[in-house]
Amino acid sequence: MSETTTHIPDEKVRIGAPSIPGFTEEGENLSPINENDSSPLGGASAKAHSHGGGVGVPDSSRAGRLTSTNVEDFAKLTGREEDWRFTPLKRLKGLHSDELTGAAPKVELSGNDIATLTVVSSDDALNGVAHTPDDRVSANAWKYASQTQVVTIPKNAEGAKASVRITGESLAPAAQHLIIVAEENSEATVILDHVGSAVLAQNVEFDVHANARLTVVSLQAWEDDAVHASSQQALVAQGASFKHIAVSFGGDLVRVNPSARFIGERAEIELYGLYFADAGQHLEHRLFVDHAVANCKSNVLYKGALQGKDAHTVWVGDVLIQKEAVGTDSYEANRNLVLTDGARADSVPNLEIETGLIDGAGHASTTGRFDDEHLFYLMARGIDEKTARRLVVRGFLNEIVQQIGDEALQERLTDTIEEELAATDN
Amino acid sequence: MSTLEIKDLHVSIETEQGEKEILKGVTLTINTGETHAIMGPNGSGKSTLASTIAGHPRYTVTSGSIALDGEDVLEMSVDERAKAGLFLAMQYPVEVPGVTMTNFLRTAKTAIDGEAPKLRTWTKDVKEAMSKLKIDADFAGRNVNEGFSGGEKKRVEILQLELFKPKFAVLDETDSGLDVDALKIVSEGVNRAQDENNMGTLLITHYTRILRYIKPDFVHVFVDGRVAEQGGPELADRLEEEGYDRYLNVKA
Repeated sequence: MSETTTHIPDEKVRIGAPSIPGFTEEGENLSPINENDSSPLGGASAKAHSHGGGVGVPDSSRAGRLTSTNVEDFAKLTGREEDWRFTPLKRLKGLHSDELTGAAPKVELSGNDIATLTVVSSDDALNGVAHTPDDRVSANAWKYASQTQVVTIPKNAEGAKASVRITGESLAPAAQHLIIVAEENSEATVILDHVGSAVLAQNVEFDVHANARLTVVSLQAWEDDAVHASSQQALVAQGASFKHIAVSFGGDLVRVNPSARFIGERAEIELYGLYFADAGQHLEHRLFVDHAVANCKSNVLYKGALQGKDAHTVWVGDVLIQKEAVGTDSYEANRNLVLTDGARADSVPNLEIETGLIDGAGHASTTGRFDDEHLFYLMARGIDEKTARRLVVRGFLNEIVQQIGDEALQERLTDTIEEELAATDN
Repeated sequence: MSTLEIKDLHVSIETEQGEKEILKGVTLTINTGETHAIMGPNGSGKSTLASTIAGHPRYTVTSGSIALDGEDVLEMSVDERAKAGLFLAMQYPVEVPGVTMTNFLRTAKTAIDGEAPKLRTWTKDVKEAMSKLKIDADFAGRNVNEGFSGGEKKRVEILQLELFKPKFAVLDETDSGLDVDALKIVSEGVNRAQDENNMGTLLITHYTRILRYIKPDFVHVFVDGRVAEQGGPELADRLEEEGYDRYLNVKA
């Protein structure tokens, strides 16, 4: 894309536009994550937009966000930006500020030999077809990724399975760029399996051609010390369907931002997520569905469990239904289950609708506790405490696990959930 | 025959004002096959007795004992009590997110029996028990108590009672919030469980109307944490006519 900025449409109908001082669409600005020394409304997020609302007025429309491949276009992060206010910048290990010259994690492809893995240079024309960085870390990754790994699902392929193992072997801040191309009328499941230790800023592009059906599982199974900021953007063509499942349970700080934009009609986007945060872990998912054309359907469901002191999860779901996107059907939901005291779940659904001519649009967010009364009820039926806890968490997360459609991976996740739960018992 | 023996039971709860004694010396013996009704005005300690038998952590036993065939119930954890054959039909059954009824019933049955029920007969048993209690078949796929009405929750409690076959059941105001039809269905379930398993029942209620359907052998009247009077079924009839005023006036 040659454009470096997107444009705000002239007419807007926004739900929940800020009207109370100190509040934005994301609620009251009391985030203690990054220290604020001035009004949260006057931050760089407002000024950085080339055509935003101006100083002091946050441009809360997702359509107005700055996009650029040039990291210098983004102001240095202060932690006050709407986009970063929940993220502990001190724990980003310089992904937002430093030169990302460490060795990128190793990429290996396995599967059933239908998909291919090639390497192209970072100035190859394939780069940026589906992706333009929309935050500073992503742009920094763009700058420092020295090459790009490309996984291609050939035209008309059926039942392609590609497991892409991404192994981090160093904690030197690194950048990585991956592209998944699902050619016309192909059908594939791609697993991005992040393991090992890394400090990684990553861009992943999904170029989903007409009538392709692509399922992606981005699995963050990092070691405890990993830091991972991943911007994953998809372009979904006519008649195609794109299903993305983010699964995060490893790492010290993980921030995955999946976004998907329709460019042809009758297409479908499903974004699912499952996360399990332990003591001290920060797991953040910020997603964006851009209904830029008519007659498309999207569904978003993220479910998370939290346990332990200072376990922190953040979910921000932006769904934008543009003026052109008549006949849209869209729903997004986030559900959290807090298992112990001391954990914190932030959940912010944002729905912007610029046309009334839609089939449906809805959002929901719930954060519930597994409390002593649940435990008492199950135990009063003979079920021991460990089993009771497992029963509830497994049942809660299973809805997402079932979406994966890869038996081996489903089993691995079920085992992981068991391991996470076993950790609570200690 | 099994016996549940409660002796001089004193129970307290923590309140913001400090510890408060709710049960002030309750003595009660129930044998299997017997139905005991515990009646009394609100706040007299009826539900505290029920929760204490089941082992709810909110209630602290300061003295006295509960024994099941000589075994010390107070030493048992909540799940051990259920495995030993005690069942509490709760006044306010909680919704359990993420756990389907089917999964819950099978897990609980396995825990109580110490082995998994045979799949074929179990599925049949569950279906039959549900239909007798007029519980819609699609409840099996729903999460435990999630979105159930008050009456549906009570029926699901009795469903568990029938499936788990305890030695002793404590019914904590199971009749509250039920209309006449639901009350009849629930009562029939309790009577079935009693006939089939020779269960002992501790029926806690504020009102006498459930006693038209479940006939008590003994009636105990609770007032201010103690048994103020006990007798046979005729005592319930008298309460129906006179209410609890007599006991409250004595206290005043």
